[in-house]
Amino acid sequence: MRASLRTTAAAAATALALLLTGCAGTDDGRDASGRIELSFQSLAWQKESVDANKQLVKEWNEAHPDIHVSYVQGSWDTVHDQLLTSFEGDEAPDIIHDASDDLADFAYSGYLADLRGLLPGRLTADIPRQSWSTTTFGEGVYGVPFLQEPRVLIANTKILTESGVRVPTPDEPWSWDEFRQVTKELTGKGRYGVAWPLKEPVSVTLNLGLSGGGRLFHRGADGKVTIRAGEGDQVVPGTIHDQVDTDHSASRTALGMGGSDTLPGFFGGKYAMVPLGFSYRQQVVEQAPEGFEWTVLPAPAGSAGLAQGVSPQTLSVAEASPHKKEAAQFIDFMLRPPNMVRLAKGDWMLPTGTAALADPSLHTAENGWATGVAVAKALRPAPAQSVRGYPEWKDKVATPALQEYYSGAIGAQELRKRLVDDGNRVLARYQR
Amino acid sequence: MSMRTSRTARAGQYAALLGYLVFLAFPFLWLISTAFKPARELGSLHPTWIPDHPTLDNFRKAFDEQPLLQAAANSLIAAVCAALIAVVVATPMAYVMARRRSRLSTAATGWVVISQAFPLVLLIIPLFLILKNLHLINTLWGLIMVYVVWALPFALWMLVGYVRAVPAELEEAASVDGAGRLRTLVSVTAPLLAPGIVATALFAFITAWNELFFALVLLKTPEKQTLPVVLTHFIGAEGAADLGPLAAAAFLATLPSLVIFAIIQRRITGGMLAGAVKS
Repeated sequence: MRASLRTTAAAAATALALLLTGCAGTDDGRDASGRIELSFQSLAWQKESVDANKQLVKEWNEAHPDIHVSYVQGSWDTVHDQLLTSFEGDEAPDIIHDASDDLADFAYSGYLADLRGLLPGRLTADIPRQSWSTTTFGEGVYGVPFLQEPRVLIANTKILTESGVRVPTPDEPWSWDEFRQVTKELTGKGRYGVAWPLKEPVSVTLNLGLSGGGRLFHRGADGKVTIRAGEGDQVVPGTIHDQVDTDHSASRTALGMGGSDTLPGFFGGKYAMVPLGFSYRQQVVEQAPEGFEWTVLPAPAGSAGLAQGVSPQTLSVAEASPHKKEAAQFIDFMLRPPNMVRLAKGDWMLPTGTAALADPSLHTAENGWATGVAVAKALRPAPAQSVRGYPEWKDKVATPALQEYYSGAIGAQELRKRLVDDGNRVLARYQR
Repeated sequence: MSMRTSRTARAGQYAALLGYLVFLAFPFLWLISTAFKPARELGSLHPTWIPDHPTLDNFRKAFDEQPLLQAAANSLIAAVCAALIAVVVATPMAYVMARRRSRLSTAATGWVVISQAFPLVLLIIPLFLILKNLHLINTLWGLIMVYVVWALPFALWMLVGYVRAVPAELEEAASVDGAGRLRTLVSVTAPLLAPGIVATALFAFITAWNELFFALVLLKTPEKQTLPVVLTHFIGAEGAADLGPLAAAAFLATLPSLVIFAIIQRRITGGMLAGAVKS
């Protein structure tokens, strides 16, 4: 009722506006002189990253006078709803910056162009197969993965050195058991060995769980996905649970925090280590007190080595774009190895391209870049990102269950029951 | 004894009130404190209310990185136009609904209340399609139209209360004295209704000034974006934020609403209560 009245009111009022503004615009994506016009919606938000993106757009426009790209600023906070509305209204940007875990619905709904055949062989060959699999849905490829962010341990160098524990390297990382033991040794005098910021516990648990052989989501021959919990699935949640509830070597209060919230405690010596995304190094650099020494360590390894899941940032082309070929050319330009390095540095993340990863400027020990590059080859697609029903499972089942488990309110058996039994009921509704 | 008890009770009441005020003001005071803190103090384990080394760097950074002035101008245009149009449309409607009691006015009041229950996401796609057909996507005019439609139900509800608070007997007396309908409205009703109209307009202004979702979806180019949209550019993935500049920009964006609300809060409360009891 309200919608219809509002619609009527809007139509009446906009009629007046129409008279004032007049009608304009063409649908073939060209301006009056016949120049191709493309819009690129970027989600870059940090100054260095925005500057890098805008500079690359400027360089493209100077080199391609017949294909003009306009920079449009988007926002991570609301990108899904904003894109969905734009797709429905046939007003989506030609080139779309997003993350691979947000693409599945758009790809299956036909909003994104299948990039096979549009991208040059150089770019296709440069990005590893496991990265491409994050943007492959069904038979098609619906985005180019270009930046990724592993989870690393950011550690207080002084505490680590004074304790005398073995300092792990990407070649010789801690096992999960050793990590638990180390955090016990680092705990004491009002200090915790580790602070797990688990405000959103599901992605951390699933992504790091790959190292212990965890998988949880299993796709059958019929294409249907079921949830099963094996021994490997318990390695990471079991370690965290024991650190919090048995050893008391992990801060209980940090469980409800976001990554940034743990930094004051880390700087103040309350936590010896914090597992954070690779890009948090920028905040550490900006906010750490003068003289504070810190280092980047690889996350612990399990039976699957340093494997962990990531959802790379992606560039896609809208299916409705009248100039898909030119949009793909622009993506190829943006992701040439030197450009990919510039984008990676701007966001303090890792490039996916093998040529960009080989860039000497990323192989420096400064700010932990080299550690990140060393673990890049172990990165895998985040589990379940293409499973339909995953968002509901995550919000309604897994998040509360993991929060209760980590805080000690429920045990491992109850956790497994909820994740698997309740989870399969949720997935079944999406796979009828 | 009684006097002493009364004083004690009064002191307790003021203490409770002060506590409540501090509780309400805490987020804003913390915002101000954050806006003036250097990055290193933001990461301190023992944060202080008063920055140890107050700085304007966050304000400089906010203005350097985002077109705040342009965005503020866009917000101002959208909010002022939306408020004016909403009041012009709603005032005659409210008058009819308040003075002509009928089933229609009862139904209309019901609609106003029910309409507040609809979530934005239900409306955004139809609105987007309508505006697209009218070539009003990425224009402030399109956004203004949406804000008018969005503010209209509550503005109407407020104004009905104000109109009902004006005794109909005054209009009848003017009529008996020979004033025509138009003269009665202009010389008798309008002056008495003016505070309510101003309060309603300012309510519509604040609603539009703070609105994010419609602006985010309907405006594309940076030079058209409003202040709340620009504020989101200080926020990254997974809740990461450039906290200092975000706080500085948010503080500046909050000031107009605060000032306006300080001026009109008594009238808004009066307007809401005006229709609550039958005179």
